[in-house]
Amino acid sequence: MIRRLLIAITVLFLTVFLILPIVVVIVSAFAQGMATYWAAITEPEALDALQLTLTAAGVAVICNTIFGLAAAWMITNYAFRGKNLLITLIDLPFTVSPVISGLIFVLLFGGRSGIGRWLIDHGFKIIFATPGIILATCFVTFPFVARELIPLMQSQGNQEEEAAYMLGANGWQLFWRVTVPKIKWGILYGVVLAAGRAVGEFGAVSVVSGHIRGVTNTLPLHIEILYNEYQFSAAFAVATILLVFAIVTLVLKRYLEYRIERKVTPS
Amino acid sequence: MVDSLTNFLKVKNNRRFRLPGFGLSTGITLTYLSVLVLIPLVALVVTASTITRHELVTILTNPRVIAAFKVTFSTAIVAAVINGIFGTLVAWVHARYSYPGKRLLDALIDLPFALPTAVAGIALTALFASNGWVGQFLVPLGINLNYSWWGITIALVFVGMPFVIRTVEPVLDDFDKELEEAARTLGATPWQTFVKVIFPLLLPAVLTGTTLAFARCLGEYGSVVFISGNMPMKTEIVPLLIITKLEQYDYVGATVIATTMLVLSFGLLLIVNLIQWIQRRRLGMES
Repeated sequence: MIRRLLIAITVLFLTVFLILPIVVVIVSAFAQGMATYWAAITEPEALDALQLTLTAAGVAVICNTIFGLAAAWMITNYAFRGKNLLITLIDLPFTVSPVISGLIFVLLFGGRSGIGRWLIDHGFKIIFATPGIILATCFVTFPFVARELIPLMQSQGNQEEEAAYMLGANGWQLFWRVTVPKIKWGILYGVVLAAGRAVGEFGAVSVVSGHIRGVTNTLPLHIEILYNEYQFSAAFAVATILLVFAIVTLVLKRYLEYRIERKVTPS
Repeated sequence: MVDSLTNFLKVKNNRRFRLPGFGLSTGITLTYLSVLVLIPLVALVVTASTITRHELVTILTNPRVIAAFKVTFSTAIVAAVINGIFGTLVAWVHARYSYPGKRLLDALIDLPFALPTAVAGIALTALFASNGWVGQFLVPLGINLNYSWWGITIALVFVGMPFVIRTVEPVLDDFDKELEEAARTLGATPWQTFVKVIFPLLLPAVLTGTTLAFARCLGEYGSVVFISGNMPMKTEIVPLLIITKLEQYDYVGATVIATTMLVLSFGLLLIVNLIQWIQRRRLGMES
């Protein structure tokens, strides 16, 4: 009896908060027919927004993956002072509100700061332009790869690397042939999480973008503009693109968790 | 260069040898961390430190600012508590019972992490609007979630949901069933077993998850702005107020409010770490 009640509450709660939002996006997107849907996702502004979103997410994922590998290499292979402080600092961006993540770049590179003034005078526009969007996206996805790799590499140890080194491999050889194969699923896991977040980031990007249509508009910002113009079907149509990204992220995440689990506990 | 870095970080050389790549990995790590995270955050603090105490008091005691802080904190606390209760329930049901469709729902629990906040915002608004699928059943009960305090809370419940479930789940999976069985054998009722044996062991994880959800809810922007209506003094949250100040070129106001929020978030992070430390000590897992 109690068991049934608990299951019923769980199913109701999860259905309202997880299933219905997905269904409502899809139904609303096609509410005015296939033609409206197709027009909304193929109009030039939507395509520009998609392109900018993918560019920013791509740069952020590449930069943060290189950083994640470097940070994990440093933290797991050497003993040094301040290691715990470094690990804490790497997690810092997760505790900063998205809006504040955007604000810090406006303060640093906007027209009111010395650096910002100098950059603008020399022809570099960062805020209300693509570089600002990329910076903000890098910031909010900063920890993903590093925080995945650090515990993974710590648990695996570096005996294999040491053995390869003693047998005469140079640094890059042992990195590519020993370390990368050991941690490849972990790298992919971090990349998937970072990409998922990068594609959907809204608050931070909203602050630095300046909302210039066709120039500094990402997909989430494009949705906001359409919604505020009461073009609800179009807004939901564009939202389905991001919904597909989100579902793909979840599926890949599940698959990679399964792969990593099998790696860590061989049975 | 590498030598001075080695000296500064007091790198130990007690092993027979050191793997190569120290200079390169340290260089990339510290440069990227400084440029992207440390310098911008320091810029915020430096900007905030140039503000006089008088300005600070004027900004933070403005009724609209106080109202925004009240809305943000009250909705975040209530959403976190709702997540604490329902999250524990969901984790419990998923650890102990089986039902049709459980695998699908379990796979979707991370959806709030993956779904862009703007999409979540418009979807929740469509659902809970007075003519929406869920909202139409609430209006006769006198609950109109659109453009209200409860609307914000609903959005925050969505956003914070995975935290409690994902922190409680592993604890339940590792749970020693013998404790429960012992309590039952010794004559405890199921309710007594839950309250006196199970719940105390779950509590640290529940608190950690709830605090993480609370911290996330405090800063949330995207999913809230669509459902909240953004009325100053009533449903305006702090992140939105920061954006409003920026759009009015009130950089000082935006900086003061942002720094205040930042300090509060870091305080919360400290609390989470403290809870986890106590938890580890109690379970005797301290290393």
